[in-house]
Amino acid sequence: MIRALGWVLRRDLLLAFRRRGDVVNALVFFVIVVSLFPLGVGPEASQLRNMAPGVLWVAALLACMLSLARLFAPDHQDGTLEQMLLAGEPLVVLVLGKVISHWLMSGLPLVLMAPLLGLQFDLPADSLAVLCVSLLIGTPVLSLIGSVGAALTLGVRGSGVLVSLLVLPLYVPVLIFGAGSVVATANGTGAEAHLLLLGGFLALSLVLAPWATAAALRIAME
Amino acid sequence: MNWGSWQNFFAMGGYGLYVWGSYVVTLVALIVEIVALITRRRGVIERLTKYYAARRSNHET
Amino acid sequence: MRTTGRFSWFYFSSPQSFYPLAGALQPWFAGLAAILCAVGLYISFLVAPTDAQQGEAYRIIFIHVPAAWMSMFLYLVMGFWSGVGLVLNTRLSSMVATALAPTGALFTFIALWTGALWGKPTWGTWWVWDARLTSELILLFLYIGFMALQAAIDDQRRSDKAGAVLALVGVINIPIIYFSVKWWSTLHQGASVSMTGAPTMAKTMLLGMLIMALGFWMYSIAATLARVRCVILERERQTDWVAAEIGRQS
Repeated sequence: MIRALGWVLRRDLLLAFRRRGDVVNALVFFVIVVSLFPLGVGPEASQLRNMAPGVLWVAALLACMLSLARLFAPDHQDGTLEQMLLAGEPLVVLVLGKVISHWLMSGLPLVLMAPLLGLQFDLPADSLAVLCVSLLIGTPVLSLIGSVGAALTLGVRGSGVLVSLLVLPLYVPVLIFGAGSVVATANGTGAEAHLLLLGGFLALSLVLAPWATAAALRIAME
Repeated sequence: MNWGSWQNFFAMGGYGLYVWGSYVVTLVALIVEIVALITRRRGVIERLTKYYAARRSNHET
Repeated sequence: MRTTGRFSWFYFSSPQSFYPLAGALQPWFAGLAAILCAVGLYISFLVAPTDAQQGEAYRIIFIHVPAAWMSMFLYLVMGFWSGVGLVLNTRLSSMVATALAPTGALFTFIALWTGALWGKPTWGTWWVWDARLTSELILLFLYIGFMALQAAIDDQRRSDKAGAVLALVGVINIPIIYFSVKWWSTLHQGASVSMTGAPTMAKTMLLGMLIMALGFWMYSIAATLARVRCVILERERQTDWVAAEIGRQS
């Protein structure tokens, strides 16, 4: 099973490497969206500092959601997905592999980019650190929940907007506690509760989401 | 509960806008749903009548 | 299916046998709903006294709380039946789930709307992003997402099953709505009606709320039965019995 996981990971990362543009596009989207806010609301530092957690988290959310289109659709189109369903390996393992690779390509770059963007908003160092940790824990949850939405809408017309409609309500708790952790740090109340809850979401979605995604894939492909 | 007069009843102690805004919108919403259901049933019957008529004429030709 | 003379509830699990049953039951539930709501409204306006703190504004409770209860309850019922349809591959269960969604969404909207109109005079604000309001708003989005997903997928079986997966994933939101007032003490008041302890609100208020809740429940059943009849006709149009039924209607 681990070998199957490794195989899926290696294949996806290789394919992503060959189309580096797609991965970079999502990252550039993140940077541009985040940069739009200071231009829109004005450069006053205290206002930016207050907005920063929410803005960065929402942008991360949107970037992750946009990249969901690349999760299953290409494999569905070239027939690989069908082979995965027919393979002897448990579908849950293969799904988990795809979600991990999705996170490595869309979530992890956001985590690495966030400190730089946080500086644009004049966030202090401890807030920046908590922001990165919250994104580190939260973006895998976004990939996991997003995979369920992507699987449900596979091949459906208008699936781009539909995925957003399905997945954003489920993203809201992650957003609330992710952004909330940074706000709590700025307030001085401490981000432990928020980060622990995010960790709880990660554990829960790690167990439930691949299973739901596998079920949704089977439904989509039958 | 003795309201004293119709005016008191509609005023709801100054909160008339909120109380009646709630009750009236709820009533309207439920009526809209009922009307929509009646319309849907009529539409289904109409569409299916045409569908069966077309199917019959297809079988006959 | 057993061929002995014994009655089996599974008889009604086929759309063909459920259709007339739904048609027969629906007026009774509609009638019950009308009576219960009339009694509830009588209590809410003509029996329940003025509240000491909130004045007359509190009377919104007789709609807000029953609607909120219905919004959560209907989602659980919808999740249950679509789950049954997913696991047992029964068509009728999925049809009932599809029929429940619009009514559930409607009650969620009513709960949110009346909540806002109650919040303005009592809390001073139309909306606040506390846990209960936010998760009720998410519930509305979940209903809409369910309906949108089913509408977008053309293949009927896939549409039913995909909707079921979505509904079941979203079920986790219901305990969040219900327990959020206990877990986070923010603006929305805590629970005053509990299953274990004695309720803390006046008896007439509680009675009015419960009767309105029952009335809304009967209404939901009546509306769902009417809608599922439409759904059955639409989906089973290839069968002879539907052709005969339509022939009788026109």
